[in-house]
Amino acid sequence: MYLNLLAIDLFLLAEKAVLILIVISVSLLVAMYETWGERKVAAFMQDRRGPNRAGPGGLFQPLADGLKLFAKEEIIPTSSNRLLFILGPGLAMLTAMMTSAVVPWSSHFNMFGRHVSMQIADVNIGILYIFGVVSMGVYGVMIGGWASNNKFSLLAAVRGASQIISYELAMGLSIISLLMVTGSLSLRTIVEQQHIGHYYILLQPLGFLIFLVCSFAECNRTPFDLSEADNELNMGFHLEYSSMKLGFYLFSEYVNVFISSAVMATLYFGGFDIPFVNSTWLADHWGQNALAGLQIVSFFVKIVAFIFFFMWVRWTIPRFRYDQLMNLGWKIMIPLALINMVVTGFIVLLHLYGWR
Amino acid sequence: MQSLTSRAKAVDRKPMTMWEKMYIPAIAKGMSITFGHMFKKKPTVNYPEKTRPFSPVFRGLHVLNRDEEGRERCTACGLCAVACPAEAITMEGAERLPGEENVYREEKYAAKYEINMLRCIFCGLCEEACPKDAIYLSETFAPSNYTRKGFIYGKEELLIPDPVTDPQGFAKARGEHQPTTAK
Repeated sequence: MYLNLLAIDLFLLAEKAVLILIVISVSLLVAMYETWGERKVAAFMQDRRGPNRAGPGGLFQPLADGLKLFAKEEIIPTSSNRLLFILGPGLAMLTAMMTSAVVPWSSHFNMFGRHVSMQIADVNIGILYIFGVVSMGVYGVMIGGWASNNKFSLLAAVRGASQIISYELAMGLSIISLLMVTGSLSLRTIVEQQHIGHYYILLQPLGFLIFLVCSFAECNRTPFDLSEADNELNMGFHLEYSSMKLGFYLFSEYVNVFISSAVMATLYFGGFDIPFVNSTWLADHWGQNALAGLQIVSFFVKIVAFIFFFMWVRWTIPRFRYDQLMNLGWKIMIPLALINMVVTGFIVLLHLYGWR
Repeated sequence: MQSLTSRAKAVDRKPMTMWEKMYIPAIAKGMSITFGHMFKKKPTVNYPEKTRPFSPVFRGLHVLNRDEEGRERCTACGLCAVACPAEAITMEGAERLPGEENVYREEKYAAKYEINMLRCIFCGLCEEACPKDAIYLSETFAPSNYTRKGFIYGKEELLIPDPVTDPQGFAKARGEHQPTTAK
């Protein structure tokens, strides 16, 4: 009897292991081509051509860049804390990758007589998990800056850490009003609700705007790239890093962009839902597997649109000054999120109990 | 106060209105501008594949000319070396031997002819000084090199291809804008 239970578990383990492998390699691949896309988008917005030498349209450029980073000399400063210095980029990469565990990539496939869910873990507190992991991202920045034993790195790390923490607050508050509407913390439930009803961007436009701005801040992207601050702090917290450790920091930023695009698409734009298409009709006529495949495509289109938006903003808006950043975060974003929360709560209650 | 130019503009120190303080309209405007630039024509020239045409008066790399029968025109008179303000040209003359009439046009020729491209300022005075139309400046420029020695161009690099045996190479090296008065 116990053996029987074990066998089922093994299949599940294998299924999840394969899924984890696929999700991680896809996130890395997407992050790789984000660097290419970023350079292309930047070039096109500045009337240039961008990388076009390595392969058709410069498509092999990320490979060449990666090879270069691997081939570079690895320097660990003698005055640095060796363990933390190595831990920093690893932690940054780890937290960037971990978030993808609760994102539902598609509904489910029917393969090998099994119901293969396209989500690594359907945790019923998915959003809380994302917040928990994302707030660990600050350690990558902070440890990297601290362990370098360089005052510029430390300054940048402190700035970056304070930025991430202050914007996390507004982000959490903006999510609370979304949770009032959905009544669930599971990402899959939220997506399925949007299949039936409206996308939550229509119900929570202000909440989405706050979430968008805060996710820019969380990813250390322009206009909030204070921790990187190319001109006044050289390279910011990864000033002392070289070779693939630097590559990990740069890469984790792009993985973060990918994952936060996925989360935004999930929470506010219906996730893997195909817009204007009745998915039950599709499942009946074309089969569940075709539907699940199309849903992945639809989800990735949304994600790529968000990634483009990230890049678009980066090459349009200049960086905030530190005091402007703090003013925006504490004096505008948090009150706005609170107002949004109160209004949403009022409307939800009104909807539930009517006007009495 | 009278302004110095017609373009002078007084600095506006009015506090921002509520609409301006929201920043969102300004951000949207900026983003529409950057998006519009994505579809603009790129001024970049894909250099090695495409080259921009030189102007007709461009002075590039030197070429030692031949006549229609493929004989070297240079007679090693040294006028180019004298005219050269950068002292980039060195040459050694030699007497033409019987049987070499199809190689050298005059009775004296340059056995060695060197131009140091690092010294040369591409002024074109050698071209003006030459009485035999033996040297002129072409439409290319000196390519990069790893050593200083590599920039000292001898006769192998400078001589134009033979118009009899290699008419295409001759025409290419000659270029479009070169004088055709040579006789």
